[in-house]
Amino acid sequence: MERVSGDERGPWRLALRRFLRNRVAVAFLVLFFLIVLFVLAAPLWANHVAHTGPNETHTLQKLHVGGETREVVSPAGLPIGPQWFEAGGKFFLGADSRLGRDEMVRLMYGGRTSLFIGIVSALITTLAAIVLGLLAGYYRGWVDAVIARVLDVLWSLPVLLFGIALGVALAIGGLKIGPLEISGGSVWIPIFVISLFTVPYMARPLRGEVMALSEKEFVEAAVAQGAGPLRLMFGEILPNLASTIIVFFALNIANNMLFEAALSFLGAGVQPPNSSWGSMISTGEELLTTQPLLAIIPGAMILLTVLSLNIVGDGLRDALDPRSKVELEAHTGMVELEPEGVSA
Amino acid sequence: MARFIVRRLAGMAIVLFAVSVIVFLVFNVIPNYNPAEALAGKNATPTLVKNTEEEWGFDKSLPTQYVTMMKKVFNGELTQYSPRIPVDERIAEGIPATLSLSIGAAVIWLFFGLLLGYIGAVRAGGALDKFITGFAVAGISIPVFLLAPVLIYFLTYKLEIFPSSGYVGLTEEPWEWFTHLILPWFTVAILSIGFYSRVLRSNMLDVMNEDYVRTARAKGLSERKVMTRHVLRNSLIPIVTLFGLDFGATVAGTAILTESFFNVEGVGLYAAESIGKLELPPIMGVTLYGAFFVVLVNALVDIAYAYLDPRVRLGASAQ
Repeated sequence: MERVSGDERGPWRLALRRFLRNRVAVAFLVLFFLIVLFVLAAPLWANHVAHTGPNETHTLQKLHVGGETREVVSPAGLPIGPQWFEAGGKFFLGADSRLGRDEMVRLMYGGRTSLFIGIVSALITTLAAIVLGLLAGYYRGWVDAVIARVLDVLWSLPVLLFGIALGVALAIGGLKIGPLEISGGSVWIPIFVISLFTVPYMARPLRGEVMALSEKEFVEAAVAQGAGPLRLMFGEILPNLASTIIVFFALNIANNMLFEAALSFLGAGVQPPNSSWGSMISTGEELLTTQPLLAIIPGAMILLTVLSLNIVGDGLRDALDPRSKVELEAHTGMVELEPEGVSA
Repeated sequence: MARFIVRRLAGMAIVLFAVSVIVFLVFNVIPNYNPAEALAGKNATPTLVKNTEEEWGFDKSLPTQYVTMMKKVFNGELTQYSPRIPVDERIAEGIPATLSLSIGAAVIWLFFGLLLGYIGAVRAGGALDKFITGFAVAGISIPVFLLAPVLIYFLTYKLEIFPSSGYVGLTEEPWEWFTHLILPWFTVAILSIGFYSRVLRSNMLDVMNEDYVRTARAKGLSERKVMTRHVLRNSLIPIVTLFGLDFGATVAGTAILTESFFNVEGVGLYAAESIGKLELPPIMGVTLYGAFFVVLVNALVDIAYAYLDPRVRLGASAQ
């Protein structure tokens, strides 16, 4: 095994090296980027290949493939199946329902919505959790008591049920907080609902870590230098939480995407005419026996995205906190120990 | 133990109160709508809206409104739009199906989860262990959204192995009840099978390093006895808490999705249908009852946990 002198490289570069050596995690990171590229390419595909938007209906339109004419929606109301490249890329995956919308275009735009909601709500959750975790873990006393109780109650709620309740209630009339007004059909409603209910899952572990860190010598040293609470929390403690936050963030996106899919599938998330992978499954489910791909493909996209994020998250955890991995493997003896990570 | 129970039940009462306040806020305060109009329904006549407003006292102060809401919910006065029957009745009708689904799934996931976890731990590092690990990771990752359509399409529609959707009462036709529920059961259980097998395996590997396990080996117990009597029994304790949380979350979570995929006529399907119609009273009822159920189950599990593991109740009362 090659020797690396740990002191020349920062911990981040070492972590990056460890992550890159984890082939599975790297492969799934590539897969995740491919999925992101796929959904970002939505306008390109829509304008240059499919020549239609995600919400345009083609109920009475006919396709001319070779010499034959195919109806996008049959007189019985059945949408056309996948055409692949036979119609020049139009209706690549067929039409979505009796409305005759292009499934491929919807899949790409729906993926944008799903990923957007997943990533933005994970950002909000993370920021809120950092602030709450730092305040509760640093100040303790009544601040901690209040925050911890609120988090405990949110934690003990059945999240899907409450997500549904809030999602539906807000979808009817929208949300108005002071000058901020969100209409009922906006994607910010599911983002708000998801962020609200996932905060405790991240804030509670962070709070524990802040409590442990604030007892450490480097915090005492900073106090001795006259650092105020803000500098202690954000300048001293926060950087030490970075690896935990990165791992949680990746896993949180995956979790939030599943939450969004559940809400949208049930009709309490993304509202029509917008689509997301979750709402596409509920449309496709009605035609499961004739066009099974309409439900299975968005489901498979959710699986691939969530799986890749989970594996990348685990890989990041192993790379950033090698001790946890060594401990686990020392039990099982499955993988040779790598002393480099420990000595660094 | 008695002190622990009292403390835990008091904690539960506080959470129940908080839950009801949150439900009140979610439906009557936060959203930007006239609650009377929303509760009366989309096509409600002005008289109906007026009546609803008076009944619910939306012109009164918030605490009064809260008390009125709680009274209406627990007196069975929540009514759905059409036909106008009490929400309670519909929920009560759905309970047998939801419990059949959840309890059956729980039995399956405990059995397979613990079995696979045990085998994985005993054979740690071997080929069988790696196979189980792979299966567990797949099981944890596959969302209901993909599993349910795939199972329905291939096993019900193509191969016609299982009957198509619906729910048949256990007392009416036990065999039909069973065959109709097999796919929904496994759909709910597969995630937990993966998760529980991982948790049990790593718990057992931790426990195997304990001194008392070495002692048990040293005094000449057979490997099987060491594994079942010492390692397995001590590894099961954390599973109890986990099970309580997961069972509650299943009844009020995965079951809703699974019921609507498989048309199991339970509380979850009722909720799903009400969402489609944007009907508030049933969602309010289901949320409140569901949350109460989950909080209750969690409290009972904590008490059971304290009973099994004295360290918990001592630690809790020492605080």
